[in-house]
Amino acid sequence: MSGSHELSRRDFIKVTTGIVGGLIGAVIGLPSIYYLIDPALREGGKEAWIPIGKFEDMQVGVPYPFSFTRVQVNGWERTASSFGGYAIRKSDSPEDLLVLNSRCTHLACTVNWHEESDAYICPCHDAKFSMAGEVLDGPPPRALDVYDEHRLTADGLIEIFFKEA
Amino acid sequence: MFKNIYDWLDERLGLNDLYTNLLDRPEPKTTWWNTLGSASMFLFIMQGLTGIFLTVYYTPSPDHAYDSVQYIMEGVAFGWLIRGIHHWGATLMVVLVFVHMLRVFYTASFKFPRELTWLIGIGLFLTTLGMGFTGYLLPWNQKAYWATTVGTQIAGTAPFLGEFILKALRGGPDLSALTLQRFFSAHIWIIPAVLVGLMGIHLYLIIKHGESHFPTKED
Repeated sequence: MSGSHELSRRDFIKVTTGIVGGLIGAVIGLPSIYYLIDPALREGGKEAWIPIGKFEDMQVGVPYPFSFTRVQVNGWERTASSFGGYAIRKSDSPEDLLVLNSRCTHLACTVNWHEESDAYICPCHDAKFSMAGEVLDGPPPRALDVYDEHRLTADGLIEIFFKEA
Repeated sequence: MFKNIYDWLDERLGLNDLYTNLLDRPEPKTTWWNTLGSASMFLFIMQGLTGIFLTVYYTPSPDHAYDSVQYIMEGVAFGWLIRGIHHWGATLMVVLVFVHMLRVFYTASFKFPRELTWLIGIGLFLTTLGMGFTGYLLPWNQKAYWATTVGTQIAGTAPFLGEFILKALRGGPDLSALTLQRFFSAHIWIIPAVLVGLMGIHLYLIIKHGESHFPTKED
């Protein structure tokens, strides 16, 4: 009993309560954080080849609009998300095809091709993109996104390679 | 440095007084039976926290209530833990509050000057039961559905006002989306608000009067 660090009964209770409380807090608190952010940690990334139209229907130099829907399971519900874009043929070769994503690079509204303006115009903030997708006017930080991979099937369909976010 | 900050806050908030009155007040000789009130409050806080977390995924609609609970149990990380604590904590809270009430009764702690503490305690017991009754419906499974059918039917047997009470509880003559929605509202807003208010008064009275002595032979 000569130790200089003698712990009083009260201090012992305080320390013990603190430690036990901290343990309970950690055991429940840390899983709670994981529970809250869990959906943000999910990996989507499903891949698919999606047909967007017949190659013969696409005219050289005229943007060909297409759209498709993907169904994803979010939580307890299936959510259908729409995607779309424009395919632009530059020549007769099926390789020489530009497939643009119509999702505006500013804040993700959908751009539309306007023949008279010779531009894709976004209805949200008046962004303008050229036929090839370059920014002409407005707030977008970069050109329209491109579906890099596409192929011509035996039935004459153009398919694009799509990867979920 | 920290002492300076603490002193500055203490002068304005009275932290030392709070500590003395809440956690360091004089007590008569007590036993573990005297801890049941604090245990009930701890459980209530746990129920509140886990309940808030559950509302992140739960949806009170007949279309999705069951699926969202399944999702919490199987789809979300540690959802089983959060809901498990809420589920078992609810049962334990009813038991603890009731045993706490028995303790107060057997030690005659409800007598002067603590009659109001006792009456408010009865209110706390009833609101706790209300939480249990309304929460039981929310998973929207067979057991929940039929338990609430029976429970509201029993309330409907009250003389004169019975039919009105049944319709008021169910939001109509039948168990429906309205029933689920109003039970949810009662479970997360109305009853907890009443419970927290009563708990505040209950705690104030306990701090004001202190714990009661256990009665002796002379009492």
